[in-house]
Amino acid sequence: MRKKFLVAATIAAISNINPVWAKSDIEALRKQVEALKKDYEQRINALENRLQQAEENTQLAQQKVEQVVNKIENTKSTSSAGQNNFNPAVSVILDGRYADYDNDPDAYELPGFMLGNEAGLGDDGFSIGHTEIAFSANIDDKFYGKATLAIHDHKGETETDLEEAYIQTLGLGNGLTVKAGRFYSAIGYLNEQHEHTWDFADAPLIYRGLFGNQLRDDGLQITYLAATDLFMQVGSELFRGDRFPGGGDHDGVGAWTVFANIGGDIGIEHSWQLGFNHWRQNDVDDRTSSGHSHGGAATETPSFSGDSKISSLDLVYKWAPNGNPTSQNFKFQFEYFDRREDGNISMFNSGPAEEVSTYDGQQDGWYAQAVYQFKPHWRTGIRYDRLSSNNKGSDDDVLAEAGLDDKGHTPERYSAMLEWLPSEYSRIILQFNRDNSYEDADNQIFLQYTHTLGSHGAHQF
Amino acid sequence: MYKQIKTHLFVMLIFSLWPSNSHSEINVFACEPEWASLVQNLGGSKVSVFSATTALQDPHHIQVRPSLIAKARRADLLICTGAELEVGWLPLLLRKSGNGKILTGQPGHFMSADHVTLLEKPKLLDRSQGDVHADGNPHIHLDPNRIMLIAEALASTLSRIDPDNQSYYQNNWISFKETWSRAIAKWEQLSQSLWGKKIVVNHNTWVYLENWLKLERVATLEPKPGIAPSSAHLAQVLAELKDNQADMILYATYQNDKAVRWLADKTHIPVVALDFSVSSDETLFQWYEMILKQLLDSK
Repeated sequence: MRKKFLVAATIAAISNINPVWAKSDIEALRKQVEALKKDYEQRINALENRLQQAEENTQLAQQKVEQVVNKIENTKSTSSAGQNNFNPAVSVILDGRYADYDNDPDAYELPGFMLGNEAGLGDDGFSIGHTEIAFSANIDDKFYGKATLAIHDHKGETETDLEEAYIQTLGLGNGLTVKAGRFYSAIGYLNEQHEHTWDFADAPLIYRGLFGNQLRDDGLQITYLAATDLFMQVGSELFRGDRFPGGGDHDGVGAWTVFANIGGDIGIEHSWQLGFNHWRQNDVDDRTSSGHSHGGAATETPSFSGDSKISSLDLVYKWAPNGNPTSQNFKFQFEYFDRREDGNISMFNSGPAEEVSTYDGQQDGWYAQAVYQFKPHWRTGIRYDRLSSNNKGSDDDVLAEAGLDDKGHTPERYSAMLEWLPSEYSRIILQFNRDNSYEDADNQIFLQYTHTLGSHGAHQF
Repeated sequence: MYKQIKTHLFVMLIFSLWPSNSHSEINVFACEPEWASLVQNLGGSKVSVFSATTALQDPHHIQVRPSLIAKARRADLLICTGAELEVGWLPLLLRKSGNGKILTGQPGHFMSADHVTLLEKPKLLDRSQGDVHADGNPHIHLDPNRIMLIAEALASTLSRIDPDNQSYYQNNWISFKETWSRAIAKWEQLSQSLWGKKIVVNHNTWVYLENWLKLERVATLEPKPGIAPSSAHLAQVLAELKDNQADMILYATYQNDKAVRWLADKTHIPVVALDFSVSSDETLFQWYEMILKQLLDSK
């Protein structure tokens, strides 16, 4: 009972005291809280400001770091214009084909021309062409060097050929460039280019007739590029002269060339190049030729000795919409060659008294081709070849045996091709030829691939 | 025979002594128009600039035309992107030019990519991955901050090549820096509404722009860089876009627009065709403004 009373009294006391306490102190408390609130707001604001400042500082710092990183990258970055991160740049060309001929490819001849070197048709059916392995690099700040090894099958045997091996000066100054070693001669537009970059699967007939596909030799080349807006280049080559269509051992210089090229752009979309070339060898000694087949009999080998000179003209024109060849482009090229020879033809292995004839040769020929890329990765092209010859000598039989009688025939050939280029490194070409090289017209079909492994090839004009 | 050789050498000698055109101006050979414009900004009246390509050409697929060789022959300074963008033609051009001033390692050989960090450096170097550049994505001119770093390096290169006009180049650099910083600040302000926009691109050429404007690339029409879009790949892109709608499709005016048009037809996503570089009648500033305007207008 006493307990209950005590609790009640306490409650009463508390409830009585409270209202009295509030009146004076709540006001003060409220003010204190208000002041506290203000203070905190200010502090928070200050903090926020400092945070923002800090963020900005970090951003600045980050930018500075980025700049520093860039500068560091700078110092360690290597030159980015190089062809490859490897030194030297290595590339392998894979070349294979399927060929179908109506006539026997071994019976091939080109009346009026002594064939040699790699002239002639390839094998019927599946075969691989030249597999090329090329190494190239800037040797130092003065020289560039390149070596190309070609591996191919010849009559069932695999042959390795040192196709090119040369050094070339870099930035010699005054527009001069010197090349030395084994290289493709600069005479003719196609001659300087590797076979696998040609638009068609085979060489123009005139290249086949005069050079056995391509002219290369050991020697020295000097070119001078004029300091003009119009491209003007002149050059000369001094060669050993023992390779087809030259021949024989020579002290010093066996053959020489001179050439001149001019070129430029017309507006943004058109570009062109014109070349004049001359090759000469004044004492060809025993240039042997495969001649023409005698139906499997022991072959008499025709051989030429005397003076030989070739003059030629080439023209290339290219078009691309807005000068951007990626989607569409067009290319026209024309080359004309004329050869004059003066000397003797001998038939090796022609019995006790060797058959000999004087020889006054005149051969010329041209081809024209147009290639059109009608959509990305697809190109199509047509080509026409035509040759003629007027060869004279003391013994017509000897000339005929050497293949120098034109038999009243004008060799010509029509070609058409369709090409698919899935990337810059691969190419598949389907080509059809109606070949009237000799009297029996031949229909020829090629399906060929030329693919590149390794370093990026050069986009030459 | 020896007489003939002598005649040849004599003819060559005469040609080589032919007086070369002497210009007091620095001849600059720029591989791409953006660098032509930049060097014009910094070099002013002291430089004569030639651009090897236009905004409508693909700087990767250029042939060593006779006209380019003739121009490179007389150049005192070569400025290109580098990072293998010009790998198909620049090495051959340099060899054919016979010009020692612009060879690798010389002061006159300026590769922009050497002065900035590159994005998208590939981890896997394999041609089955398409046209990959070992050093990273070379299309750096689409980031104005990187342009700034390149401009600074270029100004000191100009001073090195032509020390007589050092103060002129330094003054030009300082004023370029001011104007360009102000322009960047303005562009960044303007372009805030583009942040986070989802884009579809034709070829992977816009990385630096995406990075700068915080754009999100949701699809690329080329399955691999430099490989044309196949119909199977396009169908897949179309399906992906159904779930993840994009705001615009970007492509460069020099690129084939067939796939882009096809996709735009199917999806009704607006297409933005941007000039990939400076046109002959505009400056670097105007080109950036144009790009931003086109992007902002398409929203």
